Amino acid sequence: MTLLDFRPRAERPAAASSRGRRWGDDRPPTPPRSLIVALVLASASLMTLDKAGALDPVRHGVASVVGPAETGVSTLVSPLTGLPSWVRTQSGLRDDVARLEEENAALRAQVATAPYDAARLREYDGLAALAGDLGYAMVPAHVVAMGPGQSFSDTVTIDAGSDAGLRRDLTVVASGGLVGRVLDVTRTTATVLLITDADAVVGGRVAATMDVGTVRGHGGIGAETRLDLQLVDQRAVPARDDLVVTWGSQGQTAGPFVAGVPIGRVTHVYSSVRETSQRAVLDPFVDFGSLDLVGVIVPTGTVSDRGVIQADGSLSPAVRGGGDAR
Amino acid sequence: MSLLRTAGIALAVVVAALLQVALVPHLAWRGIGPDLTLLVVVAAALTWGAQSGMVMGFLAGAFLDLVPPSDHLVGRWALAFVVVGYLAGRVRAELPTARPSVGATLATVAACSFVGTSVFAFTGMLLGDSSLSVGEVLPVIAVGVVWDLALTPLVVPPLLRGFARLAVEPGRLR
Repeated sequence: MTLLDFRPRAERPAAASSRGRRWGDDRPPTPPRSLIVALVLASASLMTLDKAGALDPVRHGVASVVGPAETGVSTLVSPLTGLPSWVRTQSGLRDDVARLEEENAALRAQVATAPYDAARLREYDGLAALAGDLGYAMVPAHVVAMGPGQSFSDTVTIDAGSDAGLRRDLTVVASGGLVGRVLDVTRTTATVLLITDADAVVGGRVAATMDVGTVRGHGGIGAETRLDLQLVDQRAVPARDDLVVTWGSQGQTAGPFVAGVPIGRVTHVYSSVRETSQRAVLDPFVDFGSLDLVGVIVPTGTVSDRGVIQADGSLSPAVRGGGDAR
Repeated sequence: MSLLRTAGIALAVVVAALLQVALVPHLAWRGIGPDLTLLVVVAAALTWGAQSGMVMGFLAGAFLDLVPPSDHLVGRWALAFVVVGYLAGRVRAELPTARPSVGATLATVAACSFVGTSVFAFTGMLLGDSSLSVGEVLPVIAVGVVWDLALTPLVVPPLLRGFARLAVEPGRLR
């Protein structure tokens, strides 16, 4: 650790008499107070700089180097992470379940790639009027890294970046429904803020009644993850099992969230007399603990380094060296 | 030699941080998994003492703050790991033997995991970076401590052995 020792040589303890000197240790047991103060102040100034936005280029630089490394590590460990399912498929029953789940996912994917197909529209007929000209193009991507629960913010890295036509604030969906939005983009990766994050807010609409409100996350991405829906209209009461979709902006991918992406179903409704408003609890469609394949909704005509799933379900070819849809 | 030592530590930190975001989520329970970088910092501080532990904790924490998909303020893990390096380093100074015992290692990891994650959560609340309450944070910290303890027998002894080699045999490794 000599490289990290900033003291002049004369100040370093020379003799083995000091307590704590064992097998190559050249440090006194107590660090100098000045070092403690310096490191704490350095941490504090990092936070201040970041708060002011001065560290964004650094973060971006690190992300563009570490992002591809994460993709590599994710590929390396994929045989390991796939191991449990391989062991489980020993049983024939498990085989069937896996096959059916696959089929189910494929069917759901079909629905998601053309989110406004007729069956779904009947389900939330309030949106039917909008259906004619809605439908989005999507860039497929895999989740390669997930932030630890101990950091108390729910973010993931996906393996598509500006080369694939992504930019900030695009909507991210999975076969089930809404996943989140793009926070930051490097050339080959992007950071996505999940809607379960405690600070995430999404405009939501109860499909049956067209009532609008805000959907907030609680943090945490387990199987019991729930979202909160608070309606703007204080008299409106959502019913149990009501479908909630994004409210979003009308223009294609104009705002952070496009309209009409399913978020979840109402499971409980609480009314608070004191706050004179209704709070509903949503069960999200997406299982955030096992996110893998996601789609990023991009404007039609986006140039991408991979195939883009068009609104009509067809796949447009990749453009090598393309990207940057701005 | 010092170059080799620094490279060894840097490698351990980078590998831990990458596995942290790419492998750990597959093992995690409700998104909470073991904090591998914290284990590396603890092992380093148990080997070289508080001073090196703190400097290394700061650098490792700052790196973890920058690794995608992080979106919290840079410097929060750095501060948390400075505290962790200090704590584990003080344990190192009090040890009667060269190699910490199993009990001492487990106790150090538990204390460091609890204090480190708590400092991280506390700075988030203080700076308005995270809107979670103490009641929501504590269970996460508790699960994190259990994970870190569970991974300690697998991760910390090899790290201690590796770091001890870097610490004691300057010429032979080259």
